[in-house]
Amino acid sequence: MILLASSIPTALGSVKLTAVSTEQNNGWNHLTSLYISTNLSSRLEVSVAETEKRNGKNAMNMQETFTVYLVETRPVEPLADGRQLAPDSLWRRYSEFEILRSYLLVTYPAVVVSPLPEKRAEFVWHKLSADNMDPDFVERRRVGLENFLQRVTSHPVLSHDSLLYQFLTEVSATSSRPGSHDELMKADSRLRALSATFRVRNPDRRFVEMKHYSDELQSHTSQLLRARARVADRLYGVYKVHGNYGRVFSEWSVLEKQMGDGLQSAGHHMDAYAASIDDILEEAEHYGDQLKEYLFYAEALRAVCRKHELSQYELELACQDLLSKKQQREELATGSVRTFSLKGMTSKLFGQEAPEQREARLHLLEEQIREGEQAVEERRSECQVHVGGAWVDVQRFRQQKDRDIREALIGYALMQISMCKKGVQMWSNTKECFLKM
Amino acid sequence: MIVGAPRGLQPVNGTTHPLSAVQETLSPVPDVTASCHIPNSSSSSSGGGGGDKEVVLTNGKPIETSSPASASSLLNRLQLDDDLEADTLDLYASTETRDLFVTVDDPKKHVSTMETYITYRVSTKTSRIEFDLPEYNLRRRYQDFDWLRMKLEDSQPTHLIPPLPEKFVMKGVVDRFSEEFVETRMKALDKFLKRVADHPVLSFNPHLNAFLTAKDLNKRQGLALLTKVGESVKQAAGGYKLRARPPEYCVMGEYLDTFNQKLGTMDRIAQRILKEQTEYLVELREYGSVYAGWAGSEDALTRPLEGVAGCVSTCCGAMEDLSEGMSQELLPVLREYVLYIESMKNVLKKRDQSQAEYEGRLEAAVIRKQEEKTPVPVEVEKCQDRVECFNADLKADWERWQSNKRQDFRQLLTSMADKNINYFEKCQSAWESLVSQLQDDQAENTNETNCD
Repeated sequence: MILLASSIPTALGSVKLTAVSTEQNNGWNHLTSLYISTNLSSRLEVSVAETEKRNGKNAMNMQETFTVYLVETRPVEPLADGRQLAPDSLWRRYSEFEILRSYLLVTYPAVVVSPLPEKRAEFVWHKLSADNMDPDFVERRRVGLENFLQRVTSHPVLSHDSLLYQFLTEVSATSSRPGSHDELMKADSRLRALSATFRVRNPDRRFVEMKHYSDELQSHTSQLLRARARVADRLYGVYKVHGNYGRVFSEWSVLEKQMGDGLQSAGHHMDAYAASIDDILEEAEHYGDQLKEYLFYAEALRAVCRKHELSQYELELACQDLLSKKQQREELATGSVRTFSLKGMTSKLFGQEAPEQREARLHLLEEQIREGEQAVEERRSECQVHVGGAWVDVQRFRQQKDRDIREALIGYALMQISMCKKGVQMWSNTKECFLKM
Repeated sequence: MIVGAPRGLQPVNGTTHPLSAVQETLSPVPDVTASCHIPNSSSSSSGGGGGDKEVVLTNGKPIETSSPASASSLLNRLQLDDDLEADTLDLYASTETRDLFVTVDDPKKHVSTMETYITYRVSTKTSRIEFDLPEYNLRRRYQDFDWLRMKLEDSQPTHLIPPLPEKFVMKGVVDRFSEEFVETRMKALDKFLKRVADHPVLSFNPHLNAFLTAKDLNKRQGLALLTKVGESVKQAAGGYKLRARPPEYCVMGEYLDTFNQKLGTMDRIAQRILKEQTEYLVELREYGSVYAGWAGSEDALTRPLEGVAGCVSTCCGAMEDLSEGMSQELLPVLREYVLYIESMKNVLKKRDQSQAEYEGRLEAAVIRKQEEKTPVPVEVEKCQDRVECFNADLKADWERWQSNKRQDFRQLLTSMADKNINYFEKCQSAWESLVSQLQDDQAENTNETNCD
């Protein structure tokens, strides 16, 4: 049985949502159905349509060239007379997307936030450019940024964020609120602190498992990406060496009378075969990008688990603190020293304090205990809210991941089939030439 | 030099070396004239020409004059030579009229106290009268093939003898008894024997006959005989230097050199491809295992990921087959032709020597004639005949070799293309069946989530 009470800030003010269900899965679906109707993406079409190079000054006042991306938005519903409005658009650069994402990470710690496409080209096989200004890289990044926006605007929680809306529609959104930027930086350092280790006594077992899974996901996807890059390198070599046949057949054909024509054209086909690998591998990069998305997703999943650990830890700390305060009160009230304390020692050495002093201290402790109890309540509530929301989103993420990976694998297999068909075609053409020898 | 077997039937004596029966008829004069044979497969054809100075054409007609050096006989021979060329080109068309079939197969290892070696079964089926039986089956080892080739080279110096696979293999590097090595060698020996059997002149060589039929090749005896005769051949031709090789043979020589280069290049390319494919295979296997590993930590995605791992594994197997096929078929043929080229170049050299001798003697004779008024000696005319015959044989063999080469390479390259097509087809069908499996899986899962 799940009872969820959460207050979600939206662009329209806070909305309180409660849901009760008997089964975990049904509960999640119930919640989702509540959300779906108000997702931003159901109202607004979002795309990253174009890219452009710009020149400007960076933070250190040095000239630099960077790429900007055109973010287009258009209402899904056409106008009353059936016409489609022209899209609104504004230019954003990659670093602005980064700020947006950091904000979302900090603001919604219970959400597995979609990752951005990679900052620098990683897992490259030798011919693939590692240059950020390379047009193929820019194009793949454009697709990745569009994917990011589409994911967040269709997320049941994230899509309601007002800053997100501003990012999509107002030019000055990220730069007009320096204050919020500082908040971001503070929150960011808090996030960083999450990487420090601390011992949690009673973490939710599901999150321990989830964290373990996120490690596995990260390890497997990065292994796969590395192995893939090596395979691409080798395959490139195999195809290219066949180009040498092209040259030698051509040279040989000069020597021959009857065999000459057949050899010559066979040579041309070998050249074409060797050249075909460039396009094949370039197209294959899309699959790599799909894998990379989930490599980075693993990190986002991990962050959610870490957040749980942090809030659980803070709860435990608060409980511990409260407990010790209560013990102190008991000792003070009964006069017995059960735990070693400096006060106890000094009173033993220098004699008991005056009753007025004791009263004052007791009074202080009572107050502290009240505050402590409130703190524990707050922490507990915080923890529960996080666990509730996070568990729902983790389930959503899992389903999405299964769907996406399955689709990616199908796409990959289709690509392999296409590559094999090309191979059959080219060698059949070559064989025709050999038969004419 | 022909060591001719006597024409007509000769009872096969299991204990006597076939050569021994011929010793008495051995001609003391090195005589190459009898080699101008027409590839006539009618049963009246004979083996090498008669031992003495008698020259006989394979269609049974003896040349009119006893001296082969007379002008009219020369003219006859030249005319027949034209027909000869026309006939050789038809060689591959006339397989129905072939009457000698040989096969090399069934390798077996023999272990004795002294050595370990492989023997191969050599089977012969023939209707030729030179053979006493229509069928023979015996076992031979590489040494025996080597013996045969040596004998052929020495007894038919004007002809191109097909190459044998490499004799020496570095003990540490190559396993002489590995299945692959034995298989490759056997195929090459089979090719060698078939080429000899298909050759209109070589196939009638008595050494071939002995090789195919005799229980015991008495090689040492033959060897002794050989050295004596071989020496005299060398002595006859030695000491003369050719001034100018005629252009048609220059063209041949140039072709051989350039073609040799190209073969070397192709061999290197093929080896490079094999190397790249092997390295690709290593990475591909690792790649497949990563999918399998990932499958272990998932649940809904386990089957799809395992499916991909399986597919990748199938592709690895296909690539292995491709590489194996290439190394077993392509490389041996390239190397064989390199050896062939060497043989051909040797024949060209011998031809040059023969011509040099003739020209040298002719010069000397002309000078003497002018001084002493003696007629041109028979020696010189014999030399001239030799040169003419050599040229004719060489040209015929050259055409045959070109034709064979064209066939061989057409077949080889086509087979290579086929192997590659096969590889891609295997991979394609593996991925296709995976796609339908994945799509079914996808449909199943969409239904599940919709039903909730």
